[in-house]
Amino acid sequence: MSETAIKAAIEITNPTGLHARPAVKMTKLAKSFAAKVQLAFDAGGPWIDAKSVVKVMALKAPKGAVLHFTANGADAEGAVAALVDLVKRDFDENHEDGAADAVAGQGHGG
Amino acid sequence: MERLTLSPAKGMAAEAWHTGRPASPGLVAGPLFIARPMIHRESVAGSPAEEAAKLRSAITTSIAAIEALQAKASDDAAEILEFQIAMLGDEALAEGAFAAILDGVAADAAWTTALDVQIAEYAVAEDEYFRARASDLSDIRDRVLENLLGGGGALPPAGAIYLGEDMQPSRFLACDWSAGGGIALTGGSPSSHVAMLARARGVPMVVGLKLDLAAVKSADAALLDGEGGRINVAPSAEATEAFHSDVAKASNDAARWEKYLLQPGKTADGERVLTQINVAAPEELDSLDPAICDGIGLVRTEFLFHDQPRLPDEASQYAVYHRIITWAAGRPVTIRTLDAGGDKPIAGLSMEAESNPFLGLRGIRLSLAYPEIFRVQLRALARAAAAGPLKIMLPMVTVPDEITATATLLDDEFAKLQAAGVPCRRPDLGIMVEVPATALAIEHYPAAFFSIGSNDLTQYVTASARDIAAVAGLNDTANPAVLRLIGEVAGYGRKAGIDVSLCGDAGGDPRLLPLLLSAGMRNVSMAPKMLARAKSVIAEWRAS
Repeated sequence: MSETAIKAAIEITNPTGLHARPAVKMTKLAKSFAAKVQLAFDAGGPWIDAKSVVKVMALKAPKGAVLHFTANGADAEGAVAALVDLVKRDFDENHEDGAADAVAGQGHGG
Repeated sequence: MERLTLSPAKGMAAEAWHTGRPASPGLVAGPLFIARPMIHRESVAGSPAEEAAKLRSAITTSIAAIEALQAKASDDAAEILEFQIAMLGDEALAEGAFAAILDGVAADAAWTTALDVQIAEYAVAEDEYFRARASDLSDIRDRVLENLLGGGGALPPAGAIYLGEDMQPSRFLACDWSAGGGIALTGGSPSSHVAMLARARGVPMVVGLKLDLAAVKSADAALLDGEGGRINVAPSAEATEAFHSDVAKASNDAARWEKYLLQPGKTADGERVLTQINVAAPEELDSLDPAICDGIGLVRTEFLFHDQPRLPDEASQYAVYHRIITWAAGRPVTIRTLDAGGDKPIAGLSMEAESNPFLGLRGIRLSLAYPEIFRVQLRALARAAAAGPLKIMLPMVTVPDEITATATLLDDEFAKLQAAGVPCRRPDLGIMVEVPATALAIEHYPAAFFSIGSNDLTQYVTASARDIAAVAGLNDTANPAVLRLIGEVAGYGRKAGIDVSLCGDAGGDPRLLPLLLSAGMRNVSMAPKMLARAKSVIAEWRAS
């Protein structure tokens, strides 16, 4: 990372984790920025390309995982802010029934 | 259904017929379309530039094909397809393949290896959701591979018999079945989504064939016997002749039965017998006229939950229920709440592995163990009930408390919907009678209606499973103990003024139907394809 890298971290609240639909949304959003955007489980890396849905899915990030973003380039700041906001909004998933999702998440964990 | 026996032709080589399991009845003769197993051929690699171009073009073609499918798909299916498009459009997916091509590997082998590595990584994921993504990647792998090897013609021509390892539901839906055709699989299962679609469309299908696909040569005309669960991929002239005479007989019979299809079920002495249909997937209804039936006696809702990335939300459930009740145009529709168990896990519902899932946490037991998930289904049902005579049916009820517990949840959700001003109606709450304890003490169960689940009732009374070949003979609804229970439930219903129907396979079985009528059943629900013949059987039956 160069010294101009913009960094941020955010926890995944989606009950199914960073699954297919959010992964597609996230990579599409990342691609709308010129900056090089990367993502990791740990502030120390290893970093993967946040514009690659193949790599984002391969992370298999579960609910509760903390995603670290880093970006370099002209619009890096905007890119990181937008991605963090997307995770914060739970990828705009339409949870009609919050309770059911909570139970689903619980079931998932064990 | 009676077995259509095929006359064994003289001198016919016994090995010409390959046997598997029946998945959808019917006889069909047609050209074979062989979907080769996805093992790379020993193809000679062209120059790396040529091979890379081939792979790139196969990926582009695959994306275009999925986009075309997506345009026709329902919202849920469209999202899954969108994921596949995004994966295919990502350079990283084929990175390994292009590297191998530079080393002189052929495009098909390079692609297969690269994808298999990624599939293996998903297959060992700790999280069940991510494990299940292995099948998405297999789908992607096979689609590109077919474009690489088969010149893009991935769909069988109209009227052909599809022969392969397995078949994706999306592929079934993309095929043109109007000119006939059939499906023969070395893998697969009679309870798969594709098998249900095949039965609904009347496409003959056989699964679990013991057959080496690599050894099959394309035949001009193969013979597929969906009911006997077998295929002949190199038929002799005699076998073909015998088969065609059986096809002619079957089509004569079908024409004779067809006359009954639009008539109400009525016995020879003029007594009315309600004939309803069972629905396992809403797509089945597209090709059906509601006038053929008195209603839907059973809607299985498992399709909403199985093979889905997550639990279905209220909106998506409501949309499906509403679509079904609209189709029925005022006829009653009985929707069964989730009937799942540990034998087929659902994403988002944790189920312990059980040594005997059929005696475990399944049906209403599972729903009551997850009341917050159950409430979503009840709420969607109560909302859809505003559009027509929808009834709710609970599977696997063992004690009366399960009905009262569900009624409490239903009343609560109904009250909340009303308070919120959402259009809704409190549907009748009835039960499946399939656990012997319930059948034996039926008068203790406070239900609005009873529906005998003859498949499970038979399995539990005879302590034998249909899908275990060695004991399948014991699993017989004609067993006097099973018939006695059915007769007692029917008799109690008549006396108490409670509707009793039957919604197992026995309801459409020409051999069993007269026995059910003798036991007092006057309301049977069956696969739509069985309706015409069942009405003809009812028309020939008289009480005296």
